[in-house]
Amino acid sequence: MSLTDEQVCALEAKAEVIRETILRMLVEAKSGHTAGPLGMADIFAAFYFHILNHNPKLPSWEERDRLVLSNGHICPVLYAAMAHSGYFPIEECLTLRKFGSRLQGHPERLRLPGLETTSGPLGEGLSQAAGMAYAFRMDDKKQRVYCLMSDGEQEEGNIWEAAMFAGKYKLSNLIAVMDRNNIQIDGMTEDVMPLEPIADKYRAFNWHVLEVNGNDVRAFISAVDEAKAIYEKPTLIIAHTIPGKGVPEIEFDYRWHGKPPTQEEGKRFLKEIRTMSGKVPHEYA
Amino acid sequence: MLNSDVKLSADIFADTLEKASTRDGFGKGAVEAGKNDLRIVVLCADLAESTRAEWFQKEFPERFVEMGVAEQNMATVAAGMAAAGKIPFITSYAAFNPGRNYEQIRTTIALNRMPVKICGMHAGVSVGPDGATHQMLEDIGLMRMLPGMTVIVPGDAEEARKAVIAAAKTDGPVYIRFGRTATPVFTTSATPFMIGKAIVLWKADKPKVAILSTGSLSYSALMAAQALSADGIESIVLHVPTVKPLDEEMVLDAARHVGCVVTVEEHQAAGGFGSAIAELLSQHHPVPMRLLGIADTFGQSGEPDQLLAHYGLDTLHIQAAARALIKSIG
Repeated sequence: MSLTDEQVCALEAKAEVIRETILRMLVEAKSGHTAGPLGMADIFAAFYFHILNHNPKLPSWEERDRLVLSNGHICPVLYAAMAHSGYFPIEECLTLRKFGSRLQGHPERLRLPGLETTSGPLGEGLSQAAGMAYAFRMDDKKQRVYCLMSDGEQEEGNIWEAAMFAGKYKLSNLIAVMDRNNIQIDGMTEDVMPLEPIADKYRAFNWHVLEVNGNDVRAFISAVDEAKAIYEKPTLIIAHTIPGKGVPEIEFDYRWHGKPPTQEEGKRFLKEIRTMSGKVPHEYA
Repeated sequence: MLNSDVKLSADIFADTLEKASTRDGFGKGAVEAGKNDLRIVVLCADLAESTRAEWFQKEFPERFVEMGVAEQNMATVAAGMAAAGKIPFITSYAAFNPGRNYEQIRTTIALNRMPVKICGMHAGVSVGPDGATHQMLEDIGLMRMLPGMTVIVPGDAEEARKAVIAAAKTDGPVYIRFGRTATPVFTTSATPFMIGKAIVLWKADKPKVAILSTGSLSYSALMAAQALSADGIESIVLHVPTVKPLDEEMVLDAARHVGCVVTVEEHQAAGGFGSAIAELLSQHHPVPMRLLGIADTFGQSGEPDQLLAHYGLDTLHIQAAARALIKSIG
């Protein structure tokens, strides 16, 4: 079922407010990661405002879909999407990384209802998502499990153990999304530790693999729809995203992986986002 | 004298005393627990026979999950299954579970407070000929440091069976340590077992030394107490299967009542059971202590009894440590 233009515009507008909230959070927190959260804003808008079968007012509702964030360091985008969809007050976003906050520097399940797990140490989300998917299948439960992971964390061995497991048990209720933004802390992934041909690697592990522009909500949602129709295998969606997306002056720059904007940069970046008037410009997409 | 209140085996000092491994206790306990609770699943990392996970597999094939040789994935998949309502038991040798997958246990099981039951098999030097790589001697220390982790080291196969059943009913993560070798089954089905409770195996009117022990070496401690008694040296033996949370009341009582303590464990003397006792006593009732354990070294190939004697953990060494401690305080 394809989206109407109005639906796409509405989701892009959500992505824009999520980006705005991310920048405000990071300026206030004075530490944290910028590039990844901005790059994933479109995908999080798609999940929290379209794809997920969830109820923000009832975060422990048993029949909900599960979204497991594996690369916990991009949690500003998760928190922003959760707040805007109604899990908690938007003002609370500004407590990110502060003492006593429910919004820990890396997400901690026991502190904030709606988080499906605790993450930060890389390479562990896919197996937890696979465990959930396996358990749901044992119990004939219909909900889906989504795992969002980074490209850099594919360097962890645990990921490939999980990929082998999910392939063996044909966990078709598991849909993984890889944020293929090509950057990690020490530089470009292909310089630090080449991942390519990453799609072939997952195919060799008996996964169905799709590639899509991760900053295009319409294309992303249609990929998720295709993944839902695959009954024989788990699916990996390789989402090509632009790190720092939405703030042209930092886009593609790996040096923005792990630092926040200063107050002045924050003001400037917010203006740049605002000038986008609800649309992700196609020259960057 | 033997403490008759805890209903130990009638054959306790006889050659005919039954021997079984604590891993057999795991196999039995898992099957019993699995009958009572359909949420229980057993995950196995290519060691179904030697961990006795196979016993569960035969009864409940649909709740047995073969993970292959992938202990990190086993821990994290189990965390996910627990988040989806299951009570997973993850099984492998202690050297790999929790040795290999410690960070996965820390982040996805302990910090998430998931009810995953971590079963470390073939622990200690008594795994024997396999040698140092497989003789896990650091697991009690690793696991007792994790906030919220319960740590149980059963004394025999019967207590191991009860520990597995109790762990299944406990909220939160539990580590249970099992051995490979058949060791004396000194408790009976009537012997009390509760997580967090120690039991007195041997008591005396005017004890000179308290021997506190965990795991199957508690039987050696008991043999040592009997031999010391025959020599006119009275002692008490406190068997402490739950290393965390400690039965603080019983341990403090023993220290207050007796005045000096020997601890016994098949684990590094640093960071394990003896350290846990020392941490408690040094703050609340300091008494002279001897910590018997492996003295900052790795194991090696050999027969279990040979190795326990070599590393100073047999009955004779326990007696000697008790005598030396009594002598040192005059």
